[in-house]
Amino acid sequence: MAAIPGGADHAHDHGHDHHPGGIMRWVTTTNHKDIGSMYLWFSFAMFIVGGIMALVIRAELFQPGLQVVDPDRFNQMTTLHGLIMVFGAIMPAFVGFANWMIPLMIGASDMAFARMNNWSFWLLPPAAILLTTSLLVPGGAAASGWTLYPPLTVQMGIGMDMAIFAVHILGISSIMGSINIVTTILNMRAPGMTLMKMPLFCWTWLITAYLVIAVMPVLAGAVTMILTDRHFGTSFFNAAGGGDPVLYQHIFWFFGHPEVYIIAIPAFGVVSQVIPAFSRKPLFGYASMVYATSSIAILSFIVWAHHMYTVGMPVAGQLYFMFATMLIAVPTGVKVFNWVATMWRGSLSFETPMLFSIGFLFLFTLGGFSGLVLSMTAVDVQLHDSYYVVAHFHYVMVAGALFSAYAGAYYWLPKWTGHMYDEKLGKLHFWLSIIFFNMTFFVQHFLGLAGMPRRIPDYSLQFAEFNMISSIGAFGFGLSQLVFLVVVLKCLKGGEKAPAKPWDGAEGLEWTVPSPAPHHTFETPPVLK
Amino acid sequence: MSSQTPQQAPYYYVPAPSTYPITGSVALFLFALGSVLTMNKLAGGPYVLGAGLLVLFYMMFSWFGKVAHESEAGLYSKRVGLSFRWSMGWFIFSEVMFFAAFFGALFYARVLAMPDLASLENQALLWPNANAVWPNAGPAYDGDPFTPMGAWGIPAINTLLLLTSGVTLTWAHHGLLHNRRGQLKLGLFLTIALGVVFLALQVYEYMHAYSELNVKLTTGIFGSVFYMLTGFHGFHVTIGATMLIVILCRVFAGHFTPDNHFAFEAVAWYWHFVDVVWLLLFVVVYWI
Repeated sequence: MAAIPGGADHAHDHGHDHHPGGIMRWVTTTNHKDIGSMYLWFSFAMFIVGGIMALVIRAELFQPGLQVVDPDRFNQMTTLHGLIMVFGAIMPAFVGFANWMIPLMIGASDMAFARMNNWSFWLLPPAAILLTTSLLVPGGAAASGWTLYPPLTVQMGIGMDMAIFAVHILGISSIMGSINIVTTILNMRAPGMTLMKMPLFCWTWLITAYLVIAVMPVLAGAVTMILTDRHFGTSFFNAAGGGDPVLYQHIFWFFGHPEVYIIAIPAFGVVSQVIPAFSRKPLFGYASMVYATSSIAILSFIVWAHHMYTVGMPVAGQLYFMFATMLIAVPTGVKVFNWVATMWRGSLSFETPMLFSIGFLFLFTLGGFSGLVLSMTAVDVQLHDSYYVVAHFHYVMVAGALFSAYAGAYYWLPKWTGHMYDEKLGKLHFWLSIIFFNMTFFVQHFLGLAGMPRRIPDYSLQFAEFNMISSIGAFGFGLSQLVFLVVVLKCLKGGEKAPAKPWDGAEGLEWTVPSPAPHHTFETPPVLK
Repeated sequence: MSSQTPQQAPYYYVPAPSTYPITGSVALFLFALGSVLTMNKLAGGPYVLGAGLLVLFYMMFSWFGKVAHESEAGLYSKRVGLSFRWSMGWFIFSEVMFFAAFFGALFYARVLAMPDLASLENQALLWPNANAVWPNAGPAYDGDPFTPMGAWGIPAINTLLLLTSGVTLTWAHHGLLHNRRGQLKLGLFLTIALGVVFLALQVYEYMHAYSELNVKLTTGIFGSVFYMLTGFHGFHVTIGATMLIVILCRVFAGHFTPDNHFAFEAVAWYWHFVDVVWLLLFVVVYWI
């Protein structure tokens, strides 16, 4: 076993340590790099599946009237698109980055619990099977929206039960994954790597993992109550029995709002690695970044009801949640200004990771601003459940989280594969993505302001032009993502050999090991001065 | 096992490739599928569910057995032990948040939903008989009258049992720390016995509630939160007692030393956590 010093002497004690080949290598692996790669591939596959569902939605909305799917299927598409993108694509993508990079960044030999790490990944496929095959069962998949609000969810068919169990399995997976990450960061840093010397990506994951451990069990509780309301006659969400459907909304959003930051905070981490590297300057305001990220995480627990302004809340409650929500703009502003200040007078170059990071910076900030608009109760009452909301959170989820994931992928591809990616294709991918992304989602602000409701397969005639633009943009965006697949495949097959540190401005332990990173790294920890 | 001379522990033990995780994934998939089929009364459900549970137990038995073996073989350095401690703490934190969801539901139902449902508007328009008296089974409850479980009968005895079991467990821990194996075994045995008596009384209480007090899972919001909170707690006591039994077996097999017994500590933390949850339950479910 490689982790044992003087392995040769002890090799005979570990005759059972055979390393299976073929598919079993991937099924049984305890190597953080293998598991990280599996997370990333799984996430991309789910991104394609969820993306196809989005294209079904946009195809239906290309014109007014019902053309492509019936309304029930349409609702199933919006629901599964949301669940799959949140739990199947974005979260696993960042867990993949965490698996690959955190041990390399802090000088650890692997994750703290290598076997459990494997289980965290291999729980994802069963959940994905449950979610996707629920489309085929009688009554179809859950059609309630990803928020799974009762009373709809109490009434739906067997597909709803499959979604509930899928959520349970995903929850177990992400709680175990997060416990692993927290433990790795707290206990396995190389000597001399104090917490305040860690790369910011590790800090953001420490905070994210804390959020996951705090709120995924709450979601598990919420869907468990739905399950017992459905099958065992309880009355949690049934007013006739003394319960309240609004109770579900409170519990769900107590999970759901921190969930937004579970997705966004690792994205901040990636961007905080990439921008300094291509500005050839250290990150501006490292300590303030740490404190701002922590503040965002703490504030995220006390703002949940801004998703619920229209359920009938006392005015005092609305005011509290409005001001608490606006408060989040302060630490977020600190971060945005720090990124800008990092670039200020830097020696900038614009390789693909930097392009995606700058795209992130502009568009995520825009998504943050539309979030501020929505945080105002009086405005939100108009815009609630309209396309303005759809535009807002896609600016955060796609231009925020996804673009940052691409920035990270291009940034670390040379380390993973040992080859430089095709810069021309990378830039093409970026420009296509940013143009089609805005074409898809910018117009949805106008649709929402004009009153188009979301989650409805048909619309009134005055919305036709903007919907047509949005649908064309969506198909363009979807097809552009195949460029990324080509880039990655080309990079795996060959290309210019990557040096240990392909980016001259990059810093950190991960660049001290060769590219591609050997199977085992830092078996004895490096010592930092 | 313990007879084996412990070798020099590696700096940080990274286990070899393993089939336990994929076995666990298959188990949970079968468990989920079987549950879905059973709840919808479809053919084969209980068999799939049972198969899932069997595979799950097999996986846990072999995986935890392997970990115990690795620990006794001296593969875990102090740093690995620290990882275990961090992770157990975070796991218990996740359990706290799981229970928080149900305590939150109870709070919301009593403090917000119940008065609202009994408001004059609702009485005039929907439910003339709605009232805001806890325990409440909802404004449309039309079942037979029910009596809530009193706090000072079985629940009070159960509180004493669990508090005592916390003391006996700590006494056992002291036995382990000072290498008094007899005290360790007796303390563990007493803790398990108290836990089992607690569970037996809970089962008796459930039967009493169902047959005489008429408190059922379907008794509106009161029945819902009562059974959900006490049920999940009882489930956790069952897990805790099972883990204590495993620890006792390992003690008999000669495992653990005064300075290397993380598994014992972890189970003790878990047991105290379950204890604290019960104290909260006793106050907010039975008493007030």
